[in-house]
Amino acid sequence: MTKYLLAALAALMLCVGMAAAQDSPLQTLMQEHRALIEKASRKTIEPAIAALRDSGLPEAQTVLEKWQAKELWQRKEDGLFFFAEKLDGSAYQLIDIAGGGSVGEAEKSDLKQLKPNSGVRSLIGAALVQFQLLSPDRRKRVEALDAIQRDPAPEHLEALAGAIEEEPDAEIRARKERLVQLLTISFSDDETKRIEAINAFAGDTGVDARAALNPLLATTREAVAGDIPDGVNVANTLKPGQEEFSKEAAYDLLVTKDLAPRRISTADKRAALEANIVDGRVGGVPLAQLNTDGARERAYANLAEAGVVPPTATEAEVQAALDTHSFYDRYAEASIAVTDAARATLTSINTRVGLNQAADLTLDALSLASIYFLAAIGLAITFGVMGVINMAHGEFIMMGAYTGYVVQQVIPDYTVSILVALPLAFAVTFAAGVAMERLVIRWLYNRPLETLLATFGISIALQQLAKNIFGTQARPLTSPSWLDGALVFNDVVSISYIRIAIFVLALIFLGVFLFIMRRTRLGLEVRAVTQNPAMAASMGINPDRINMLTFGLGSGIAGIAGVAIGLYAKVTSELGSDYIVQSFMTVVVGGVGNIWGTLLGATMIGFLQKGIEWMNPSNTLAAQTYMIIFIIIFIQFRPRGIIALKGRAAGD
Amino acid sequence: MSRSFFARNPSVLIFIAVLALFTLAVTMASEAAGSGALSTSFVKTLGKTLCLCLVALAMDLVWGYTGILSLGHMAFFGLGGYMIGMWLMYARTESIVAASMSNAAIPPTDQEIVDAIGTQIFGVVGSSEFPPVWAFADSLWMQLALVVLVPGALALAFGWLAFRSRVTGVYLSILTQAMTLALALYLFQNDSGLRGNNGLSGLQNIPGLTGVPQADVSLWFFWASAFALGAGYLLCAWVVSGKFGSVIRGIRDDEARVRFLGYSVEGYKLFVFTFTAVIAGIAGALYYPQAGIINPAEIAPIASIYLAVWVAIGGRGRLYGAVIGAAIVSLLSTMFTGGQVPNLPLGFYTIHWVDWWQVLLGLSFVLVTLFAPKGIGGLFDLVTGRRSPERHGADLGPDSGSFQEKEAEE
Repeated sequence: MTKYLLAALAALMLCVGMAAAQDSPLQTLMQEHRALIEKASRKTIEPAIAALRDSGLPEAQTVLEKWQAKELWQRKEDGLFFFAEKLDGSAYQLIDIAGGGSVGEAEKSDLKQLKPNSGVRSLIGAALVQFQLLSPDRRKRVEALDAIQRDPAPEHLEALAGAIEEEPDAEIRARKERLVQLLTISFSDDETKRIEAINAFAGDTGVDARAALNPLLATTREAVAGDIPDGVNVANTLKPGQEEFSKEAAYDLLVTKDLAPRRISTADKRAALEANIVDGRVGGVPLAQLNTDGARERAYANLAEAGVVPPTATEAEVQAALDTHSFYDRYAEASIAVTDAARATLTSINTRVGLNQAADLTLDALSLASIYFLAAIGLAITFGVMGVINMAHGEFIMMGAYTGYVVQQVIPDYTVSILVALPLAFAVTFAAGVAMERLVIRWLYNRPLETLLATFGISIALQQLAKNIFGTQARPLTSPSWLDGALVFNDVVSISYIRIAIFVLALIFLGVFLFIMRRTRLGLEVRAVTQNPAMAASMGINPDRINMLTFGLGSGIAGIAGVAIGLYAKVTSELGSDYIVQSFMTVVVGGVGNIWGTLLGATMIGFLQKGIEWMNPSNTLAAQTYMIIFIIIFIQFRPRGIIALKGRAAGD
Repeated sequence: MSRSFFARNPSVLIFIAVLALFTLAVTMASEAAGSGALSTSFVKTLGKTLCLCLVALAMDLVWGYTGILSLGHMAFFGLGGYMIGMWLMYARTESIVAASMSNAAIPPTDQEIVDAIGTQIFGVVGSSEFPPVWAFADSLWMQLALVVLVPGALALAFGWLAFRSRVTGVYLSILTQAMTLALALYLFQNDSGLRGNNGLSGLQNIPGLTGVPQADVSLWFFWASAFALGAGYLLCAWVVSGKFGSVIRGIRDDEARVRFLGYSVEGYKLFVFTFTAVIAGIAGALYYPQAGIINPAEIAPIASIYLAVWVAIGGRGRLYGAVIGAAIVSLLSTMFTGGQVPNLPLGFYTIHWVDWWQVLLGLSFVLVTLFAPKGIGGLFDLVTGRRSPERHGADLGPDSGSFQEKEAEE
């Protein structure tokens, strides 16, 4: 009894549900376009989708999404549309498309699943994009824009254009407008609109603009018999045998276009000859004679005459074929006006991009220069002021870097550890420098070449020591997170914060050096001892103490430079030797004994290296080679460096 | 000129005699002679050591006698090796290619053989074309000439530029080091035409001597190296013994004074620099067939600095000092880095000499520079009774590091 009652209740509910479903405006709308939806094809479906899209009904988006996902069902009996959920067996729960909840059950045999083909689905997708573009959720709108930018399609153009008016957010609005322009360039049917859009991008350095413009100028290489046909958008005509279009390439093009017979390659010819050896002869030519190209050609010609092998095109035939055909590059884009506008715009963009690249290169070069300056400033003190060659200078840089690494092992916070590492590195290398000066260098002050060798001995000992302690693999020195990332000016010009920090550090060092040398007692005494140790000593200055402190100062600065260099390069035991030659070059090119000279030297070497790398970007090794050669030649003309000391300060 | 060259330089005769005895002893003890007391690889090591002694001689001439601390002579050494290596590699590959192609049904054309050799040699750097520098690789005589010409021409050009602009002292050292670095970096590129990082390999297989066992080949090269060292020693001793030697020593001690006396200092320096570069090139050409492989790392500045280390430890300004230094230090290096020296347990730490040899070398180098500027060769002065003049602590000559023979003999 209860069973019947329940069944009756269910039937009643079904009727109510059906009534509701039929009543909803969405269902009505769908029913209006029922014929189109049932026989959906890419060509005809447009009005149905447009009606749904423009209906202004809140549920339209869900319907479109479900339709696209093949989750829209139709009841065969009355043609009404439902969403459906699978129940046990073959039964499905029907759900009202207008959000009216469950409207009963149906057997699968009574239902028809709508399965739009991929063309229709992409149209639905485009319509959906508009919903997303108009979504009240800002994040969703940005997501939709990202999706379009990643994978632009012609359908998006209209949707996007329709979504600009109501955009409240100025930033997103600007982005939408830009994207509409880009899509117009790629997909619009209206030539004037396209050209307008193309012209609007003149001088725009964005990567997206170039990405939209470049395909317009893509060419394919064509060959036709006779003259070039009219109405073809020709990029340029080609003559076989000119540069970058050899006769071989031209003939190969004819072959691939089936305009000329294949030529037999050397390897094929050889194989053909091998296959036709008869009694130690090929085509009548003895095998032993076949070690020249001429003999092989003769043998092959004989074989071809006999009909054993296919004939190959002779030189004369090749030339004739080339003469009777025209070769040209054809734009994929048919409209000449569009390609002209695109070319003009791209030229202006390239000029602008070139300027920006120059700016970017300048920033790069500046940062490289500041690294060289940092590495060389300690050397400028020991070598430039004291005249002591310290080949272990690079190892002091390495010691500084390893100090930073050890500090990071102890102090986990990167900001604090860097702040601790800088003075600690100075202290460690200062101590090492003083020890070295006391133990070795002061005995060799009058023997510069032997100082070079002794400090070199220390350098290899320290390097091996570092290898024994820290191992051969590179140790990381992690920069604090506020130094991550880069300062981005536009798509072309950017500079990482670490490089800016190193630049600032280099400036600070310049200031500190100038202050110590010009404004402190120590600086005064250092200058006095440098000029004339005996005279300075008789004035009550202790030259030993001054030499020790100066050497310590130079070494300590190397230690701090080590921390800075370690931040962007890996810390290895060879870190120092990578910089030592460049550092010496910097000091020598700049002019010994003058900090401004070192600065100029570092700037020159930095710019030079970046400039050479820019000319030959694939090869840093070559850049270094050429730079060193340039420096050797430069020394010819200014043997005392850019800024040469004059008078007594110059010494010898 | 009353006395003969040998009477004035008794050390030359002694040296030649010792070298001859040594060669004879090694020959008797080698595997090729049947006794097998010395393994073939050790004979090769000895042969290589003799080549290193030869380049140390050159270094002594340019540094110990002329006062130019060149940090580029191992680059000339390496260039010599590359020049002979090109022929060795080409000729050997050619014989292999010709052998494999002779099995084909149709005899190969000349061009096909060259192409196949190119593919074999340059396959590792992704190319098969012969770069222009290999133009003479098929001719042994041309490459032998290049062994002398290429280092000589480079030294001539570089020396002319450097000496002309009066670059001296440490500046010159750094400049030569830069030249070496530039050359090494250039050769490291794959498109330098000399197989980049891979270098040239298989050089121990001498073309045309495939049937001869390595034991014999190693002995032949040992003889050649010994002969070259003897001849080089004679030549260097002759160069430094006469008036020319006096002038270059004068340049070492006070360049400006020699210039004021009317000598063309630049000309002398350029000659010594180029001459020693040629000796270094020849030494390299004998060394690398014994080593079997050459790559740009061999040219890196560090190698030239080690050369200076050998000469300094052996004793500058005397030819036998350079030879002794190179022989002792390079043999010790081979032993220590080859793990032939037992580890030293200290209880709390075991010293692995493979790891600590460089530290030891570096420190002993510092000690030699500080306390024994005359090096090992200085020991001979004790024997001959030759002493430095007692000058009560005053400097020894204008360049206080230099050793002045006349005064020391008084």
